[in-house]
Amino acid sequence: MVTTLDKEGIIEVLRSIPDPEIPVINIDELGILRDVILTGDHVEVVITPTYSGCPAMTQIESDIRAKLHEHGIDNIVVRMTYQPAWTTDWMSEEAKEKLRKYGISPPGRMHNAIVPLVVDSVVCPHCGSFQTAVVSEFGSTACKALYQCQDCKEPFDYFKSI
Amino acid sequence: MTKQEALGKYLLRLADTNLILGQRLAEWCGTGPFLEEDLAMTNISLDLFGTAEALLKYACEVEGKGRTADELTFRRPEREFTNILLVEQPNVDFGATILRQLFVDAFDYYHYSELSKSSDPIIAGVAAKASKETTYHLRHSESWVIRLGDGTEESHQRMQNALNELWRFTDEQFEMNEVDAMLIEERIAVDLAPIKAKWLEKVIPVLSEATLQIPENTFMQRGGREGKHSEHFGFLLAEMHYIPRAYPDATW
Repeated sequence: MVTTLDKEGIIEVLRSIPDPEIPVINIDELGILRDVILTGDHVEVVITPTYSGCPAMTQIESDIRAKLHEHGIDNIVVRMTYQPAWTTDWMSEEAKEKLRKYGISPPGRMHNAIVPLVVDSVVCPHCGSFQTAVVSEFGSTACKALYQCQDCKEPFDYFKSI
Repeated sequence: MTKQEALGKYLLRLADTNLILGQRLAEWCGTGPFLEEDLAMTNISLDLFGTAEALLKYACEVEGKGRTADELTFRRPEREFTNILLVEQPNVDFGATILRQLFVDAFDYYHYSELSKSSDPIIAGVAAKASKETTYHLRHSESWVIRLGDGTEESHQRMQNALNELWRFTDEQFEMNEVDAMLIEERIAVDLAPIKAKWLEKVIPVLSEATLQIPENTFMQRGGREGKHSEHFGFLLAEMHYIPRAYPDATW
């Protein structure tokens, strides 16, 4: 099978791959997909991990291969890069809204790309209250912290800004 | 020693300290004092493994003998690991684990921030990434050390015991040798003397807020840089190496 997809077409195909741990957003919205380099029939997909030890990277790589195979692309290299370091600022407002609807409080904007040493203010994704308290700095995955709303009392995940 | 050899040693040293602390923290998996801390320690462990893996992969490239990061992790004998002694010390209890973490997190916080300016783009990239993650680690360990040190009689005593035991391993973090000298000249590595000043400025007020006393006249332990380890290290490796030695070349 021969593909007729151009770079944009390939990116569009890759946008159908959800993040394995937060399936409401795809790997492009999350900022994991960094680039697609097309040379003849050879496709190089550049990805970056959210956190250094993100255990989902192998899964994402195999999802990318499987998805491109479906579209007739077999000559694939998936390359992992650490630079520039992943930041939640790459997430679009639209993606953040999807997180909020899913019950995860989205990350705030970073200031000068530095993670603050004091805890940032976090909004409850359920009732919109700012009266929230950190339960644990580390949640169900590396990218999240565990919070509880002081108004509606619901516990929720906060996607840490980094 | 060529620059290439120095770089290889430097990468292994950074990787090993991350790897061995990751292994120690992973021992808390399923046995944490409560669920949130179980998750916190294993999440931090994952960050450390990730950083270690990136550095080991680069070390393999620099070495150029076709070895893989897994081979370096699972097939090196004790004397070839060059992690600092602090990270191989046993977990003992949550207090000792979190105090050890404060010492390492505070070092990583200042060290990675400088190392992200390294003239080596791969080291700079790994350090920039680890630097952001470390900020969360430090926030976590700092608040726990204060809470437990300035807590109940029992928690205070346990933290003081941990400090008495672990303080002697802290100075090794700042040790430099000919590898550093060579790489600092190339602006690849970072001078650790100013890092030590910042580290003390951070750690001493935290210990004081935690009402803990730094032991006096401590003889500082060393040896990790040359692969000379404490008696705990062999047991750690025995556990870490068990599966790959029992089933060589097994794959997922």
